[in-house]
Amino acid sequence: MTDTTRDSGLDTTSVVPVTIDPTGGPESRLSAPAKGERARSLGSDAWQELRHRPMFWISAALIVFFVLMAAFPQLFTSTDPYFADLSKAREAPSADAWFGRDSQGYDVYARTIYGARASILVGILATLFTLVFGSVVGIISGYGGGWVDSVSSRIGEIFLGIPLLLGGILFIYTFPPPLDEPLVVSVMKIAFVLGILGWPSIARLMRSSVLQVKPNDYVQAARALGATPSRIISSHILPNSLASVIVVSTINLGAYISVEATLSFLGIGLQPPAISWGIQISEASSIGLIRAAPYMLLFPSAFLSATVLAFIMMGDVVRDALDPRMR
Amino acid sequence: MGKYVIRRLLQMIPVIIGVTFIIYVSVYALGDPTVGRCGERACPPGYIAKFRADYNLDKPLIVQYLLYMGNLVQGDLGTNFYGNKVLDELASRWPTTLRLGTMALVVETVIGITAGVLAGIRRGKFVDNLVTVSTLFLISIPIFVIGSVAQLVFGVRLGWFPVTSTQGTTYQLIMPAFVLASASLAYIARLMRANLAENLRADYVRTAKAKGLTNARTVGVHTLRNSLIPVITFIGIDVGALMGGAIVTERIFNINGIGNFLYRSIGQKDGASVVGTITCLVLIYLFVNLLVDILYGFLDPRISHD
Repeated sequence: MTDTTRDSGLDTTSVVPVTIDPTGGPESRLSAPAKGERARSLGSDAWQELRHRPMFWISAALIVFFVLMAAFPQLFTSTDPYFADLSKAREAPSADAWFGRDSQGYDVYARTIYGARASILVGILATLFTLVFGSVVGIISGYGGGWVDSVSSRIGEIFLGIPLLLGGILFIYTFPPPLDEPLVVSVMKIAFVLGILGWPSIARLMRSSVLQVKPNDYVQAARALGATPSRIISSHILPNSLASVIVVSTINLGAYISVEATLSFLGIGLQPPAISWGIQISEASSIGLIRAAPYMLLFPSAFLSATVLAFIMMGDVVRDALDPRMR
Repeated sequence: MGKYVIRRLLQMIPVIIGVTFIIYVSVYALGDPTVGRCGERACPPGYIAKFRADYNLDKPLIVQYLLYMGNLVQGDLGTNFYGNKVLDELASRWPTTLRLGTMALVVETVIGITAGVLAGIRRGKFVDNLVTVSTLFLISIPIFVIGSVAQLVFGVRLGWFPVTSTQGTTYQLIMPAFVLASASLAYIARLMRANLAENLRADYVRTAKAKGLTNARTVGVHTLRNSLIPVITFIGIDVGALMGGAIVTERIFNINGIGNFLYRSIGQKDGASVVGTITCLVLIYLFVNLLVDILYGFLDPRISHD
C-alpha cells in the first residue's frame, strides 16, 4: 500500500479513501474524488474516511448498545438483579436464566446487564475529569508559558511517575468506601482517583498542540486585530488540538474501565452489594468455580472486554481517519 | 552526553520528592493510618495516641515528612502488624517477581517486535490484518480474564502447564509470564508496526532503495534500528504496567512474589505493608525510567544534544 501511494504521486486529498466495505458502493467511490476538488476540512475528510470503515460502525454500535444498557438496564431484562434463589445456585444456563446462576443463586444475565452502569460511569466520569482538568492545565501552561508552565509541567511529571493501577490501589485503599455508601458516590470517588492520576497525559498533549499553533501567522494576526486570549484559544487553538485529545481520551476511557474492573477484582474499589463486572468476575474466578461454573466468569468477562474493545477500536479508527499519512 | 545525564538526574529529584510527598500526605495526613490495625473494630483512643506518637504524627507535617524520608533513605519501609520489617518481606519475595517480570519482558519484546515487523513490512496484507485485529483483542481483554481463562484451558483442561506456580520455578512461571506479557506484547507490536510504516516512507529509505540495496538490507539495517527507539521508551513506561499486572497474575497463579504479598496485605488490611510495597514499587519504576531515559540519550544522539 505504501508503494502505490508513493508511486501514484497523488496528493492525499484526491486519493480515493481505501475501503474494504462493500456497502460503500460504486456511487460513493465515484463521488469522493469529485468532492476532493473543493478543499475539504479535516473533519469532513475524516468523516468521509470513517463512513467506509466497518470497524467504525461496529464500535459505534457497541458503544451505543452498552451506554443504553448502562442508562436503562430495564430495557434488556425484567429480572431483579438482587433476587437470589439459593436453591438454584450455580445452575447452568437455561431458558429461565440465560447466563446461568451464580453461587448466591443470582441471575448472571440480569447482573451482567446491571453491571454495565458502574463500569461505564467510572470510565466516562474519569475521562471527563481528565479531559476538562488536563485541557485547562495544558492550555494555561502552553499559552501562559514561563513559571506557570514549569510548575504545572513538574507537577504533571510527579503524577505521571505513579503507575495507574498502583496509585489506584494506594488511594482507594487509604480512603475505603464505607459499606453503606451509595453506588454513585463510590463510582465518583474511583473516577476521581483515576482522573487525578491520568490528567497529565492530556495536559501534555494540549500543551504541545498549543505550542504548535501559537506561533502561526494567523494567530499573530488575530492577536494584532485585538482578539482576547480567550477568543484565540476558543477559535484557533482548541479546534486544532481537539482531535488528538479526543482520540486519546476515547482510548483512555477503555483503559479506565479495565482498571476499575481490576480494582474490584483485587477486592478494593466497588464492594458488594454494588453490582459491577469486576465484582462478578472476582467472585467467579477461583479455580474451583471456574471448573464448576465457567459461565459465571465467561459472560461478565465477555461484556467487559467488548466494552473496552469498542472504545479502543473507536479511538483507533478515528485516529487513522484523522491522520492522512496512514491511508 | 555527560551534561544530559546530569540534567536527567537533577530533574529526577523533584519528581521523587513530589511522589513520596503525595504518598505520605494521602496516607498519613489525609487518610487514617490506623485503619485495620485493630481488625474490623475502631481502635481504642489509647492505641491511637501511642501510634500517633510512635509515627511522629503529632509533629508538624513538614517535620513528619522529613522524618519519613529519613527512614526511607535508610531503607526503612515500616513494620507491618506481624512485627516484620516490610523491606525484609519484600526482599524474600523479590527473586520470584524479578524472574516473572524478566520472563514477561523477554516474551513481550521478542514476540511483540517480531509481530510488529511482520505486520509493518506487509502492510494491508493478511499478516498485517491478523496482527492488528489480534492485538486489539489482547489489549481489550483485561489481564485477569486472560489469566483465569489460560489457567482453565492450558492448566486444567489440557494439562500443558501447572495450574498454580507455588514454588516459582522457571517452568512453572512460563504460563504466568505469557499472561503478564499479553497486553504489553500487543502494544509493542502496534508501536513497532506504526514506527516501521512511518520510517519506510522516510527519504533515507528511498535513497537506500535507489542505491540498489536489497529490501532485506533496507528494512533490517536502516529502518529497524530507527523504529526500535520508541519501543525502548515504551518498555520503560511498561514496567509500571507489569508491576500492576504482577499483582493480578501472582494472585491467579498463587505465585509467592511481591504482587501476591501486596494482594494479601490488601485483604488483611495490613496498611504498613500496602503503603511500603507501593512506595518501593513506585521508586523502582522511577529509577527504571531514569535508566531508560539515559539509554535513550545514547541511542538517539538528537535527544541529548538540545
